[in-house]
Amino acid sequence: MSVLAHVFEAAGLATVVLSSMKDVVQLVAPPRALHCQFPLGRPLGKPLDADFQTDVLMRAFATLAETSGPALHEHPEVIEASEEPIACQMPARFDPNLPAAVDEANGMRKAYDRSVAKRGTSVGRSFDADGVPAALDVFHQIVEGAHWKDDVKIPGKNTVAAAHDIRTYYEEAALELVEGPPPGGRAAEAWFFETTEAGKTMLAARKAMEAQGAPFGFWFYMAPGHR
Amino acid sequence: MSGDQAMRSHSGTLPAPEFSDAAFVTPKPLAEATVAIVTSAALHTAADDAFTNTDTSYRALDRAERNLKLGHWSPNFDRNGFAIDLNVVYPIDRLEELASAGVIGDVAAKHYSFAGNQPDDVATIRIDSGPAAAAAMVAEGVDIVVLTPV
Repeated sequence: MSVLAHVFEAAGLATVVLSSMKDVVQLVAPPRALHCQFPLGRPLGKPLDADFQTDVLMRAFATLAETSGPALHEHPEVIEASEEPIACQMPARFDPNLPAAVDEANGMRKAYDRSVAKRGTSVGRSFDADGVPAALDVFHQIVEGAHWKDDVKIPGKNTVAAAHDIRTYYEEAALELVEGPPPGGRAAEAWFFETTEAGKTMLAARKAMEAQGAPFGFWFYMAPGHR
Repeated sequence: MSGDQAMRSHSGTLPAPEFSDAAFVTPKPLAEATVAIVTSAALHTAADDAFTNTDTSYRALDRAERNLKLGHWSPNFDRNGFAIDLNVVYPIDRLEELASAGVIGDVAAKHYSFAGNQPDDVATIRIDSGPAAAAAMVAEGVDIVVLTPV
Protein backbone atom coordinates (compact mmCIF):
# COMPACT_ATOMS: atom_id res chain seq x y z
CA MET A 1 0.00 0.00 0.00
CA SER A 2 2.74 2.42 0.95
CA VAL A 3 4.66 1.60 -2.23
CA LEU A 4 1.59 2.28 -4.34
CA ALA A 5 1.08 5.59 -2.53
CA HIS A 6 4.49 6.74 -3.76
CA VAL A 7 3.70 5.54 -7.29
CA PHE A 8 0.34 7.33 -7.32
CA GLU A 9 1.72 10.60 -5.97
CA ALA A 10 4.36 10.56 -8.70
CA ALA A 11 1.48 10.41 -11.18
CA GLY A 12 -0.21 13.45 -9.61
CA LEU A 13 -2.72 11.81 -7.25
CA ALA A 14 -2.92 12.76 -3.59
CA THR A 15 -2.94 9.70 -1.36
CA VAL A 16 -3.56 8.61 2.19
CA VAL A 17 -2.70 5.13 3.41
CA LEU A 18 -4.66 3.39 6.15
CA SER A 19 -1.69 1.69 7.74
CA SER A 20 -1.99 -1.57 9.66
CA MET A 21 1.72 -2.27 10.20
CA LYS A 22 3.62 0.57 11.79
CA ASP A 23 7.10 -0.79 11.07
CA VAL A 24 6.32 -0.93 7.36
CA VAL A 25 4.70 2.49 7.12
CA GLN A 26 7.64 4.07 8.92
CA LEU A 27 10.16 2.35 6.63
CA VAL A 28 8.42 2.99 3.30
CA ALA A 29 7.23 6.44 4.47
CA PRO A 30 4.30 7.21 2.15
CA PRO A 31 3.40 10.92 1.87
CA ARG A 32 0.42 10.61 4.25
CA ALA A 33 -0.78 7.76 6.40
CA LEU A 34 -3.18 7.13 9.25
CA HIS A 35 -1.90 4.25 11.34
CA CYS A 36 -4.76 2.16 12.73
CA GLN A 37 -3.95 -0.51 15.31
CA PHE A 38 -6.98 -2.62 14.35
CA PRO A 39 -7.26 -6.37 13.71
CA LEU A 40 -5.48 -7.36 10.50
CA GLY A 41 -8.10 -7.75 7.79
CA ARG A 42 -10.23 -4.93 9.19
CA PRO A 43 -8.57 -1.66 8.16
CA LEU A 44 -11.74 0.34 8.91
CA GLY A 45 -11.85 -1.23 12.36
CA LYS A 46 -15.42 -2.34 13.01
CA PRO A 47 -17.79 -4.19 10.66
CA LEU A 48 -21.37 -2.89 10.62
CA ASP A 49 -20.36 0.30 12.45
CA ALA A 50 -20.83 3.01 9.84
CA ASP A 51 -20.13 5.85 12.27
CA PHE A 52 -16.80 4.36 13.29
CA GLN A 53 -15.82 3.69 9.67
CA THR A 54 -16.72 7.22 8.65
CA ASP A 55 -14.68 8.58 11.55
CA VAL A 56 -11.67 6.57 10.34
CA LEU A 57 -12.09 8.02 6.85
CA MET A 58 -12.41 11.58 8.17
CA ARG A 59 -9.23 11.14 10.21
CA ALA A 60 -7.54 9.86 7.06
CA PHE A 61 -8.77 12.86 5.08
CA ALA A 62 -7.44 15.13 7.82
CA THR A 63 -3.91 14.12 6.79
CA LEU A 64 -4.53 15.89 3.46
CA ALA A 65 -4.11 19.20 5.25
CA GLU A 66 -0.43 18.42 5.78
CA THR A 67 1.81 20.50 3.56
CA SER A 68 4.80 18.18 3.52
CA GLY A 69 5.50 14.52 4.09
CA PRO A 70 5.93 11.92 5.24
CA ALA A 71 3.03 12.69 7.58
CA LEU A 72 2.05 9.84 9.89
CA HIS A 73 -1.06 10.27 12.03
CA GLU A 74 -2.33 7.68 14.49
CA HIS A 75 -5.89 6.66 15.20
CA PRO A 76 -6.36 7.06 18.95
CA GLU A 77 -8.28 3.80 19.46
CA VAL A 78 -6.58 0.41 19.58
CA ILE A 79 -8.71 -2.64 18.74
CA GLU A 80 -7.11 -5.97 19.57
CA ALA A 81 -8.07 -9.08 17.63
CA SER A 82 -9.98 -11.59 19.75
CA GLU A 83 -8.31 -14.99 19.93
CA GLU A 84 -11.23 -16.45 21.86
CA PRO A 85 -13.08 -18.98 19.68
CA ILE A 86 -16.61 -17.99 18.82
CA ALA A 87 -19.30 -20.06 20.49
CA CYS A 88 -21.04 -21.84 17.67
CA GLN A 89 -23.61 -24.59 17.30
CA MET A 90 -22.16 -27.61 15.54
CA PRO A 91 -23.88 -30.41 13.63
CA ALA A 92 -24.25 -33.70 15.49
CA ARG A 93 -22.33 -36.73 14.22
CA PHE A 94 -24.53 -38.20 11.49
CA ASP A 95 -22.69 -40.84 9.49
CA PRO A 96 -20.20 -42.76 11.66
CA ASN A 97 -18.74 -44.37 8.56
CA LEU A 98 -17.32 -41.05 7.39
CA PRO A 99 -14.24 -39.35 8.83
CA ALA A 100 -15.42 -36.90 11.49
CA ALA A 101 -14.31 -33.86 9.49
CA VAL A 102 -16.15 -35.01 6.37
CA ASP A 103 -19.33 -35.71 8.33
CA GLU A 104 -19.04 -32.33 10.02
CA ALA A 105 -18.54 -30.49 6.71
CA ASN A 106 -21.67 -32.13 5.30
CA GLY A 107 -23.58 -30.95 8.35
CA MET A 108 -22.40 -27.36 7.88
CA ARG A 109 -23.77 -27.08 4.36
CA LYS A 110 -27.16 -25.55 5.10
CA ALA A 111 -25.61 -22.83 7.26
CA TYR A 112 -23.08 -22.13 4.51
CA ASP A 113 -25.84 -21.85 1.90
CA ARG A 114 -27.76 -19.40 4.10
CA SER A 115 -24.62 -17.32 4.49
CA VAL A 116 -23.99 -17.25 0.74
CA ALA A 117 -27.54 -16.10 0.09
CA LYS A 118 -26.96 -13.14 2.39
CA ARG A 119 -23.34 -12.22 1.79
CA GLY A 120 -21.94 -14.00 -1.25
CA THR A 121 -18.87 -16.14 -0.80
CA SER A 122 -15.09 -16.14 -1.18
CA VAL A 123 -15.01 -19.95 -1.46
CA GLY A 124 -14.02 -21.15 -4.91
CA ARG A 125 -10.29 -20.81 -5.32
CA SER A 126 -9.86 -24.52 -6.06
CA PHE A 127 -13.37 -25.86 -5.60
CA ASP A 128 -16.79 -24.72 -4.51
CA ALA A 129 -18.77 -25.89 -1.48
CA ASP A 130 -19.59 -29.21 -3.15
CA GLY A 131 -15.89 -30.03 -3.12
CA VAL A 132 -15.23 -29.34 0.56
CA PRO A 133 -16.11 -32.79 2.02
CA ALA A 134 -14.07 -34.62 -0.61
CA ALA A 135 -11.09 -32.32 -0.03
CA LEU A 136 -11.30 -32.93 3.70
CA ASP A 137 -11.33 -36.65 3.01
CA VAL A 138 -8.04 -36.28 1.13
CA PHE A 139 -6.42 -34.36 3.99
CA HIS A 140 -7.79 -36.95 6.44
CA GLN A 141 -6.01 -39.65 4.42
CA ILE A 142 -2.75 -37.68 4.70
CA VAL A 143 -3.22 -37.54 8.48
CA GLU A 144 -3.76 -41.30 8.44
CA GLY A 145 -0.44 -41.85 6.70
CA ALA A 146 -1.03 -41.38 2.97
CA HIS A 147 1.77 -39.53 1.17
CA TRP A 148 0.62 -36.08 0.05
CA LYS A 149 2.07 -36.50 -3.44
CA ASP A 150 2.29 -40.22 -4.15
CA ASP A 151 -0.88 -41.58 -2.59
CA VAL A 152 -3.59 -38.92 -2.95
CA LYS A 153 -4.75 -36.28 -5.39
CA ILE A 154 -5.11 -32.81 -3.84
CA PRO A 155 -8.23 -31.20 -5.36
CA GLY A 156 -7.12 -28.35 -7.55
CA LYS A 157 -3.51 -29.52 -7.06
CA ASN A 158 -2.86 -26.65 -4.64
CA THR A 159 -2.83 -27.30 -0.91
CA VAL A 160 -2.97 -23.62 0.05
CA ALA A 161 -5.97 -22.92 -2.18
CA ALA A 162 -7.71 -26.05 -0.88
CA ALA A 163 -7.04 -24.99 2.72
CA HIS A 164 -8.46 -21.55 1.93
CA ASP A 165 -11.66 -22.96 0.48
CA ILE A 166 -12.22 -25.33 3.41
CA ARG A 167 -11.57 -22.71 6.07
CA THR A 168 -13.61 -20.02 4.30
CA TYR A 169 -16.53 -22.46 3.87
CA TYR A 170 -16.51 -23.00 7.63
CA GLU A 171 -16.00 -19.38 8.63
CA GLU A 172 -18.79 -18.19 6.37
CA ALA A 173 -21.11 -20.95 7.65
CA ALA A 174 -20.26 -19.94 11.22
CA LEU A 175 -21.74 -16.49 10.64
CA GLU A 176 -25.14 -18.20 10.44
CA LEU A 177 -24.55 -20.25 13.59
CA VAL A 178 -23.20 -17.62 15.97
CA GLU A 179 -25.40 -15.19 17.85
CA GLY A 180 -24.75 -11.72 19.17
CA PRO A 181 -22.49 -8.97 17.86
CA PRO A 182 -20.07 -9.58 14.98
CA PRO A 183 -17.18 -11.84 16.06
CA GLY A 184 -13.87 -10.09 16.73
CA GLY A 185 -10.90 -10.49 14.42
CA ARG A 186 -9.43 -14.03 14.60
CA ALA A 187 -12.32 -15.36 16.72
CA ALA A 188 -13.53 -17.38 13.74
CA GLU A 189 -9.98 -18.51 12.99
CA ALA A 190 -9.57 -19.71 16.58
CA TRP A 191 -12.90 -21.52 16.37
CA PHE A 192 -11.98 -23.24 13.12
CA PHE A 193 -8.51 -24.43 14.06
CA GLU A 194 -9.10 -25.15 17.74
CA THR A 195 -12.59 -26.58 17.90
CA THR A 196 -13.73 -28.01 14.55
CA GLU A 197 -12.84 -31.44 13.22
CA ALA A 198 -11.95 -29.84 9.90
CA GLY A 199 -9.56 -27.35 11.46
CA LYS A 200 -7.86 -30.06 13.52
CA THR A 201 -7.58 -32.20 10.39
CA MET A 202 -5.97 -29.36 8.44
CA LEU A 203 -3.40 -28.68 11.16
CA ALA A 204 -2.59 -32.39 11.45
CA ALA A 205 -2.31 -32.75 7.67
CA ARG A 206 0.00 -29.75 7.60
CA LYS A 207 2.26 -31.37 10.19
CA ALA A 208 2.19 -34.68 8.33
CA MET A 209 3.14 -32.97 5.06
CA GLU A 210 6.03 -31.21 6.77
CA ALA A 211 7.21 -34.56 8.16
CA GLN A 212 6.88 -36.10 4.69
CA GLY A 213 9.22 -33.46 3.29
CA ALA A 214 6.67 -31.51 1.27
CA PRO A 215 7.97 -28.14 0.01
CA PHE A 216 7.69 -25.42 2.68
CA GLY A 217 5.21 -23.27 0.78
CA PHE A 218 2.91 -26.24 0.18
CA TRP A 219 2.25 -26.91 3.88
CA PHE A 220 3.19 -23.74 5.78
CA TYR A 221 0.57 -21.47 4.22
CA MET A 222 -2.25 -23.94 4.87
CA ALA A 223 -2.75 -22.17 8.22
CA PRO A 224 -1.69 -18.92 9.87
CA GLY A 225 2.03 -18.78 10.57
CA HIS A 226 1.71 -18.73 14.35
CA ARG A 227 -0.19 -22.03 14.32
CA MET B 1 2.25 -14.18 20.79
CA SER B 2 -1.09 -13.49 19.11
CA GLY B 3 -1.57 -13.96 15.39
CA ASP B 4 -1.64 -10.22 14.69
CA GLN B 5 1.42 -9.60 16.87
CA ALA B 6 3.27 -12.35 15.01
CA MET B 7 2.45 -10.79 11.66
CA ARG B 8 3.37 -7.29 12.78
CA SER B 9 6.70 -8.54 14.13
CA HIS B 10 7.39 -10.38 10.89
CA SER B 11 6.51 -7.36 8.75
CA GLY B 12 9.29 -5.33 10.33
CA THR B 13 11.85 -7.81 9.04
CA LEU B 14 10.81 -7.57 5.38
CA PRO B 15 12.92 -5.59 2.91
CA ALA B 16 11.58 -2.08 2.32
CA PRO B 17 12.06 -0.23 -0.96
CA GLU B 18 13.45 3.28 -0.79
CA PHE B 19 11.89 6.29 -2.46
CA SER B 20 14.21 9.22 -2.89
CA ASP B 21 12.68 12.56 -3.87
CA ALA B 22 9.24 11.30 -2.94
CA ALA B 23 6.46 13.21 -4.70
CA PHE B 24 3.93 15.06 -2.53
CA VAL B 25 0.73 16.24 -4.17
CA THR B 26 -1.43 18.94 -2.60
CA PRO B 27 -5.01 18.04 -3.50
CA LYS B 28 -7.91 20.32 -4.29
CA PRO B 29 -10.36 20.90 -1.40
CA LEU B 30 -12.00 17.69 -0.21
CA ALA B 31 -15.50 18.96 -1.00
CA GLU B 32 -14.45 19.33 -4.64
CA ALA B 33 -12.35 16.19 -4.91
CA THR B 34 -13.17 12.87 -6.54
CA VAL B 35 -12.08 10.04 -4.28
CA ALA B 36 -11.09 6.48 -5.22
CA ILE B 37 -10.26 3.47 -3.07
CA VAL B 38 -7.29 1.26 -3.88
CA THR B 39 -7.06 -1.86 -1.77
CA SER B 40 -4.48 -4.60 -1.43
CA ALA B 41 -7.18 -7.11 -0.47
CA ALA B 42 -7.22 -8.61 -3.98
CA LEU B 43 -10.94 -7.95 -4.31
CA HIS B 44 -12.52 -9.11 -7.53
CA THR B 45 -15.86 -10.06 -9.01
CA ALA B 46 -16.85 -13.60 -9.91
CA ALA B 47 -16.48 -12.62 -13.57
CA ASP B 48 -12.89 -11.39 -13.13
CA ASP B 49 -9.86 -13.62 -13.31
CA ALA B 50 -9.09 -14.64 -9.74
CA PHE B 51 -5.80 -13.44 -8.29
CA THR B 52 -2.98 -15.96 -8.35
CA ASN B 53 -0.61 -16.29 -5.40
CA THR B 54 2.06 -14.31 -7.24
CA ASP B 55 -0.25 -11.83 -8.94
CA THR B 56 1.21 -8.38 -9.67
CA SER B 57 -1.74 -7.12 -11.72
CA TYR B 58 -4.87 -5.30 -10.62
CA ARG B 59 -8.61 -5.44 -11.12
CA ALA B 60 -10.91 -2.44 -11.65
CA LEU B 61 -14.06 -2.39 -9.52
CA ASP B 62 -17.12 -0.49 -10.71
CA ARG B 63 -18.53 2.04 -8.25
CA ALA B 64 -21.83 0.15 -7.98
CA GLU B 65 -20.34 -3.34 -7.55
CA ARG B 66 -20.84 -4.91 -4.12
CA ASN B 67 -20.70 -8.64 -4.87
CA LEU B 68 -16.96 -9.02 -4.37
CA LYS B 69 -14.65 -11.87 -3.42
CA LEU B 70 -11.67 -11.46 -1.12
CA GLY B 71 -8.91 -12.99 -3.23
CA HIS B 72 -5.84 -12.34 -1.07
CA TRP B 73 -3.84 -15.55 -0.60
CA SER B 74 -2.47 -15.00 2.90
CA PRO B 75 -4.00 -17.15 5.67
CA ASN B 76 -2.72 -14.63 8.22
CA PHE B 77 -5.58 -12.18 8.61
CA ASP B 78 -9.25 -12.20 9.50
CA ARG B 79 -11.68 -12.63 6.59
CA ASN B 80 -14.88 -12.70 8.59
CA GLY B 81 -14.94 -8.92 8.97
CA PHE B 82 -15.17 -8.60 5.19
CA ALA B 83 -17.81 -11.34 4.98
CA ILE B 84 -19.92 -9.46 7.52
CA ASP B 85 -19.44 -6.01 5.99
CA LEU B 86 -17.28 -5.28 2.96
CA ASN B 87 -16.94 -1.68 4.11
CA VAL B 88 -14.52 -2.77 6.82
CA VAL B 89 -12.05 -3.40 3.98
CA TYR B 90 -13.53 -1.42 1.10
CA PRO B 91 -15.48 1.58 2.49
CA ILE B 92 -17.42 2.26 -0.70
CA ASP B 93 -20.77 2.86 1.03
CA ARG B 94 -19.12 5.32 3.40
CA LEU B 95 -17.72 7.25 0.43
CA GLU B 96 -21.17 7.36 -1.18
CA GLU B 97 -22.60 8.78 2.05
CA LEU B 98 -19.83 11.38 2.29
CA ALA B 99 -20.48 12.40 -1.33
CA SER B 100 -24.22 12.70 -0.69
CA ALA B 101 -23.47 14.87 2.33
CA GLY B 102 -21.16 17.09 0.30
CA VAL B 103 -18.11 16.23 2.40
CA ILE B 104 -16.27 14.88 -0.65
CA GLY B 105 -16.89 16.04 -4.20
CA ASP B 106 -17.65 12.69 -5.78
CA VAL B 107 -16.96 8.97 -5.67
CA ALA B 108 -14.76 7.72 -8.50
CA ALA B 109 -16.43 5.67 -11.21
CA LYS B 110 -13.84 2.93 -10.72
CA HIS B 111 -11.74 1.69 -7.81
CA TYR B 112 -8.74 -0.61 -7.96
CA SER B 113 -7.60 -3.78 -6.28
CA PHE B 114 -4.14 -5.30 -6.01
CA ALA B 115 -2.83 -8.32 -4.12
CA GLY B 116 -0.97 -7.43 -0.97
CA ASN B 117 1.39 -10.39 -1.23
CA GLN B 118 3.80 -8.90 -3.77
CA PRO B 119 7.32 -10.16 -4.58
CA ASP B 120 9.86 -8.59 -2.23
CA ASP B 121 11.33 -6.33 -4.91
CA VAL B 122 7.86 -4.86 -5.69
CA ALA B 123 9.29 -4.07 -9.13
CA THR B 124 6.16 -4.67 -11.17
CA ILE B 125 3.82 -2.52 -9.11
CA ARG B 126 6.46 0.23 -9.07
CA ILE B 127 7.12 0.42 -12.79
CA ASP B 128 4.25 -1.37 -14.50
CA SER B 129 0.91 -2.17 -12.89
CA GLY B 130 1.02 0.62 -10.29
CA PRO B 131 1.66 3.39 -12.85
CA ALA B 132 -0.98 1.84 -15.13
CA ALA B 133 -3.60 2.03 -12.39
CA ALA B 134 -2.51 5.58 -11.60
CA ALA B 135 -2.86 6.62 -15.25
CA ALA B 136 -6.33 5.10 -15.36
CA MET B 137 -7.38 7.03 -12.25
CA VAL B 138 -5.95 10.29 -13.59
CA ALA B 139 -7.90 9.74 -16.81
CA GLU B 140 -11.03 9.08 -14.75
CA GLY B 141 -10.70 12.39 -12.91
CA VAL B 142 -9.59 11.03 -9.55
CA ASP B 143 -7.99 13.54 -7.18
CA ILE B 144 -7.52 11.61 -3.93
CA VAL B 145 -6.82 7.91 -3.33
CA VAL B 146 -7.50 6.15 -0.04
CA LEU B 147 -5.40 3.00 0.23
CA THR B 148 -6.70 0.15 2.38
CA PRO B 149 -4.71 -2.98 3.28
CA VAL B 150 -5.84 -6.24 4.83
